Amino acid sequence: MIRHLLSAADLDRESATTILDTAEQMDRALAGREVKKLPTLRGRTVVNLFFEDSTRTRTSFELAAKRLSADVINFSAKGSSVSKGESLKDTALTLEAMGSDAVVIRHSMSGAPHRLAGWIRGSVVNAGDGTHEHPTQALLDAFTIRRRTGRLEGLRVVIVGDVLHSRVARSNVLLLHTLGVEVTLVAPPTLLPVGIEAWPAEVSYDLDAVLPKADAVMMLRVQRERMSASFFPTQREYSRRYGLDRQRLARMPEQAIVMHPGPMNRGMEIAAEVADCVRSTIVEQVSNGVSVRMAVLYLLLGGGSRRESRRRTPSRGGVMSSDDALFPAEES
Amino acid sequence: MRDVFVVTGARIEGGDPTNLLLRDGRIADIGPTLHPAGAEVVPADGLIALPGLVDLHTHLREPGREDAETVETGSRAAALGGFTAVHAMANTDPVADTAGVVEQVWRLGREAGLCDVQPVGAVTVGLRGEQLAELGAMADSAARVRVFSDDGKCVGDPALMRRALEYVKAFDGVIAQHAEETRLTEDAQMNEGILSARLGLTGWPAAAEEAIIARDTLLAGHVGSRLHVCHVSTAGSVEILRWAKGKGWRITAEVTPHHLLLTDELAASYDPVYKVNPPLRTGEDVEVLRGALADGTIDCVATDHAPHALEDKETEWAAARPGMLGLETALSVVTETMVDTGLLDWAGVAQRLSRVPARIGGLAAHGRHLAAGEAANLVLFDPAGRSVVDPARSASRSRNNPYAGRDLPGRVVATFLHGRPTVLDGKVQG
Repeated sequence: MIRHLLSAADLDRESATTILDTAEQMDRALAGREVKKLPTLRGRTVVNLFFEDSTRTRTSFELAAKRLSADVINFSAKGSSVSKGESLKDTALTLEAMGSDAVVIRHSMSGAPHRLAGWIRGSVVNAGDGTHEHPTQALLDAFTIRRRTGRLEGLRVVIVGDVLHSRVARSNVLLLHTLGVEVTLVAPPTLLPVGIEAWPAEVSYDLDAVLPKADAVMMLRVQRERMSASFFPTQREYSRRYGLDRQRLARMPEQAIVMHPGPMNRGMEIAAEVADCVRSTIVEQVSNGVSVRMAVLYLLLGGGSRRESRRRTPSRGGVMSSDDALFPAEES
Repeated sequence: MRDVFVVTGARIEGGDPTNLLLRDGRIADIGPTLHPAGAEVVPADGLIALPGLVDLHTHLREPGREDAETVETGSRAAALGGFTAVHAMANTDPVADTAGVVEQVWRLGREAGLCDVQPVGAVTVGLRGEQLAELGAMADSAARVRVFSDDGKCVGDPALMRRALEYVKAFDGVIAQHAEETRLTEDAQMNEGILSARLGLTGWPAAAEEAIIARDTLLAGHVGSRLHVCHVSTAGSVEILRWAKGKGWRITAEVTPHHLLLTDELAASYDPVYKVNPPLRTGEDVEVLRGALADGTIDCVATDHAPHALEDKETEWAAARPGMLGLETALSVVTETMVDTGLLDWAGVAQRLSRVPARIGGLAAHGRHLAAGEAANLVLFDPAGRSVVDPARSASRSRNNPYAGRDLPGRVVATFLHGRPTVLDGKVQG
């Protein structure tokens, strides 16, 4: 395994598939247990370093680490020395001195996890950086699609909304392409970045035209304040042209699913009845997020073959695939 | 005999080896058999002699950010880079927008004595772009300011820009514009294109530079004033300049060494040592800029040497200040990009790094041909050999060197300022 997960581009098809398969195993192993905990990362420390409020992502990582029996420290920028002007570098050195094995970082500036990775010895997991990437979100989305449809190769996924500012879109385009999915991006031209022609994805301005061939439609959150910066004229116009309502849902193939990374603007990019319909995977995405993040933490910290930990290095070799190695007999 | 030197075997602008006798601040004589007794010999076999380099665009940070650079440390870096004159930009703290501040910088330069420090005056009070600074007072001061610039910021108001261009005609001044339409570059972090889309960094579109250059060339043409365009960075800017110069308008332009060598691909590291304004552009832009410098559409090279304290660069990309060092590496970068590629010969280098910038800046003692009777401002450069850039060895107080670890050709062996060596054997004198 790789040492850090900074970008979905860090994953080739084999390692991405390993993460998804491992997440399935995590899920199955926990399903049969009364105590939802595996001893795998006992004695390891995972720091959640959140410079941006994100209760759902932080909670998901926290739960994932705790289910693997890791010690979890939540280090949020608010109320800490970070809000008093401490630099990212000083924070990194502090965490390093405390002996963290992995740092899960959420930051409002693109590339902050890359900088952090240069300053600490432990693993860095990007939990969303600015308008760059959010690789574990893409992994949980791929996991959700694979569970619902049984495969990824050859599927068509449509991603709709504020692609320009979306880290979810960037990571999904990279990861889904790696996994053999055909991705189409739909947005008003103002919300597509200059330079998008180099992305491994199709681009369309016409949502109605692409819906009939979609296997999954992923709606991105659109912030209302984009309106004041002239990205689109009004909320209602955005909704009419790019929102997923009942009529548009009806244009999708019967088996096609509806996704949203949350938090949603009901009535803006997605109608409430669509968000709550049986074809919506929005709640599943949340629970799948925990399994996928468990897999990522496990593979980065415990399952990697080449990683040199300055602390206890588990002697298991190779990419983890057998249940024996994954889930040793519970010690308590 | 004090302060008498004979430089032996130097090839003036790449010509045949000859000797130069330097006495009383002047080149006393030139000739291959010249060997006066008592003169200190400076062996220069195989070295290229060029008129001392002149930088139109240097940030010396004093007053205000003496932790990043001082006039003295910047002067040392300049001398090591082969410069005998630098234009110190006005965006200091306090801003160089009064006769008092420009005279302070000018005096600090004289006290350091390692190169002629020519202050640039701000165009507007506090660089705020609202009201003209007392340009005449700065022109009449001991610092004799002729170049005015709000560099770091664009003079955005077109009416104010027009008035500034007109006003400085009275003392043959020139407005050096930092071309950036700021409404198009809000939060901008890097060149807008394929890389910015991938990296999720807000793009700085080429059009934001080109729109201002187009506007300002029209204004300069309309009022018959001199305009100098700072750090041209895009292929489109070159096209506009070529068109405007074709009209016969009095327009000059500079390109930085980093825009001749580095590209936006470097941003993929998220290391802010590569963050600069205007940003590094694409490989195609680099090719066009080199061609434009070769054919004279771009008149000269200027470093935009921009020292920053470590804490202003050891940050997230978006939190870092833009700018990179350039004085000590400029001639090597130009050798790599222009000479070794066959685009410029040494006479062309002398033209674009010395004669033309000296003329634009109005510096009479600099940028002269190396000839008997001229001021003895010159650099001896060894074009052979390459070495790896080590930021720790810089004379600058800062370490934001984008060439760290890069193998570059050539070495400045000696620099003479008014007949006295500021650098000998690659080391600062005094």
